[in-house]
Order: sequence, then C-alpha cells, then structure tokens
Amino acid sequence: MSRTSILIGGVGMAMTVVAALVAGGGVLPRLLDPAPPAQAVVNHAMMDPAAKPVAATGNEVVIDNFSFGPAMLTVAVGTKVVWTNDDADPHTVTSETDPKLLKSPALDTGDSFTFTFDKPGTYRYFCSLHPHMQGIIVVQ
Amino acid sequence: MRDQIERGMPGTNRRGLLKCMLLGAAGGVLWTVSGGVPRAFQLGGDALAATPPAPGDFSFVQISDTHIGFHGEANPDPNGTLQLALARIAEAPVRPAMMLHTGDVTQLSKPAEFDTAQQLLKTAGLQTHFIPGEHDTLVDDGKPFFDRFGKENGTGGWYSFDQGGVHFVALINVLNLRPGGLGYLGPEQLDWLKKDLKGRSASTPIVVLAHMPLWSVSAAWGWGTDDAAQAISYLKPFGSVTVLNGHIHQVIQKVEGGITFQTAMSTAFPQAAPDTPGANPGPQKVPADRLKSLLGVREIAFVKDKANPMITDERLEA
Repeated sequence: MSRTSILIGGVGMAMTVVAALVAGGGVLPRLLDPAPPAQAVVNHAMMDPAAKPVAATGNEVVIDNFSFGPAMLTVAVGTKVVWTNDDADPHTVTSETDPKLLKSPALDTGDSFTFTFDKPGTYRYFCSLHPHMQGIIVVQ
Repeated sequence: MRDQIERGMPGTNRRGLLKCMLLGAAGGVLWTVSGGVPRAFQLGGDALAATPPAPGDFSFVQISDTHIGFHGEANPDPNGTLQLALARIAEAPVRPAMMLHTGDVTQLSKPAEFDTAQQLLKTAGLQTHFIPGEHDTLVDDGKPFFDRFGKENGTGGWYSFDQGGVHFVALINVLNLRPGGLGYLGPEQLDWLKKDLKGRSASTPIVVLAHMPLWSVSAAWGWGTDDAAQAISYLKPFGSVTVLNGHIHQVIQKVEGGITFQTAMSTAFPQAAPDTPGANPGPQKVPADRLKSLLGVREIAFVKDKANPMITDERLEA
C-alpha cells in the first residue's frame, strides 16, 4: 500500500467540522473552549421525581442511542425491571451512589440485565462507560 | 515547508489562515485551523512537505481503539483491519522506536480478546506501551488489562518514562468515572503528575497519552475530561507538549499555546463527527468501500533541532 495516501477520512471529517464551524460564524468557539469545569455535571434537573411526573410505567428500559429509555421509570415495589441493550456499543447499569445495588456486567448488544426492587425509593443509575448516560427508577 | 509544520505562527491574520486552509488541501498540504493557529500535516511522498523521519530522528507510532472482539456492522473484522494497520507501520522507511496504544485495546475486556490483541500487536515487533480505554476496564477495575500491560506501572496505573530525549507521560482517565461526568483523572493522579513534571527543564519535549480527550470535544457526547484543566496547568511551562488521545475514532486537533492536542483514528471503526445531528457517539457504519479510508495509525517523529514533532496520520487506504 502506498504511503502517498492522503488522509481524508479522519482529518477530512475534522476539516469539514472546522470548515462548517468557521462558516457558521459564532459556532467556532467550540474548538477554543476552555477546559471543562472540574465538577462533574449531574444532569438530573429534567428528571426530578418531585416534579409533576411524566413517569413511564411498565418494567422495561431499552438502552439505545446512548440513552436509557425511558429515562425515568416508575414501578411498584416487588417489580422486576429489565434493561436490554439495543445499542451498537456496550453499556452498563450502575448505581450512582454506594451501596451499588445496581451493578450490571458490561452488556453487549442484545444482552439484558434484571433487578427486582423490593424497597420503595428513588434509584439513580448511570452507564459506567459513558457516564453522561443517566436514568432513574422510582419505586413506589 | 518544514518550518511551517512547526507549531505557532503568532500574529497571523485569521482570514489569511482560512485562505490557506481552502487552498492548502488542493495544493497537497493539509492544514487544520484550530485556535487560530495553522497546522500542516505532512503528506507522505508529497514534494511540498516531504520530510519523513530520517535515521537519527526519534520516531514512534500511535495506534488506538483496536476494539478486538467488536463484531458489529461497522466492521465485522477488526482483527483484519488491525493487521492492515500493522502492515502500514511495517512499511515505514525508518523503523519506529516503539509503539504507543492509547486504549480500547479490546471491546469487552474478555480474556480471549486480550489474548488476540496481544498476539496481533506482537507481530509488529515493537516495544509497546499501553493505556486502557473504558472498554478495557470493564472487569475488576481493569485488573485483566493491568496484569497484561501494566507491569511497569505505579499505583493507579499511570506512569512516565524517557526515550529519545522526550519525556512520556501516560495518564488514565477512564476509571472511577462519575455520573453525569466525562473522563476523570482524580486528585491522586494529578498530584503524581505535578511531582513527575517538577524540576524538568522547560525545553524537554513532553508527550502525554490519555484515552479520552483532554479537552472538551463534545460535552453532550461525553468526549472530554472533567479535571483536565489542572493537568494542563502543570504542562503549560513546557515549550513543546504533544497530547495524544483516542476514544473518538477520528483526528481532531486543538492548539493551546505550546500544547497540541491530537485525537487519533481507530483501526476498528469510525465514529461520527462530534454532535452530528441524528448521530450518537458510537460505531458508525459506512459503505464497505469507504471503511478503510477512515481507519488509520499515526507516526510521530522528533526531528533533530526541532522541539516540536512531525505528525503523520496514515489511513489504511486512500
């Protein structure tokens, strides 16, 4: 294979992004962003269970497109919840705080994980590989 | 053109840079504009910028995101594309001194995947240094990874070493990730880094390895590191710092003073440009005849009398 190949794919995509950002004017600052904040962002603002719930029911959470669907699920005490990974990347279901009640192994595409919730409460979890993915199970 | 490949052309007019970017691609020198500073990527064999490593220069390879064990639509044969990548490396006119793997060696941290990856990478016949990606630390806080690849490491898995007059720092930012956050270095590692760099001459070239980008490529897609700013502050006194990242499976670059950040291509599958509407951060399926043009490896060469390295990204196919 020739060494004269021009790198277009990887850098080309980057250049397209750069060109698009430059052309778009005010969007260029993305590449000039200062370092991200030191504190982790816990983005539960949209999912506060104390707010008027648009709570989904049923007992299934589908993992797809780097998100948990539904992001907030309300179930009765004693319900077995099933998470299924339909995404192209592996994900986990991991409790956000200790004790880690939810601690799934890495779920490949098609794998499932189940947990039966015996006690009422609000159970926040995230994906330990992609920590910006977060979900909540509300057990009532 | 060699001088122009050096970092930093202070005071250059932004409009001038854009013109350079638009004309440059056609002229055979590929530029990126980042932070207002132009960077030329040398194209192998091109008359304008033909400065491949010569004997006596110190050159090495960055390979990243091999994802051995992946079997999805985006690439049913990551073993095969890794072998192609290693063949590209073997073609280099000057044999690299070593190889750096910036993580996601495997797909699911399985023993068989680590075995296969080790066997394939050994065929390059190069001393190889590894850092894990988040796919490598799925079991037991990364014990299977560190048992195989981390025997030289201190506590926590981070380490540094010197070679060719360059100081290499290998950071781990894929462990103990916090909910809602990005990559994470942690106070213990940051403290180690501060001590590791202390007292070193500011003219020592530094190369930093970290799997997840050490700058915010996309907060929404989790492509960044929460506490990188502190690490960067320790690196700022040095005149030549090159940060080599992986994770995002494409080349994106940022220049911040004397520090150049470069993410790398994968040898397994491409991913979409950050924040592409309708896309996600995962494997991106492309037409089969395009795949190899989006995969690649990187050669880095510290050329005599130049503090800043020459960086060449090699695709697996034109």
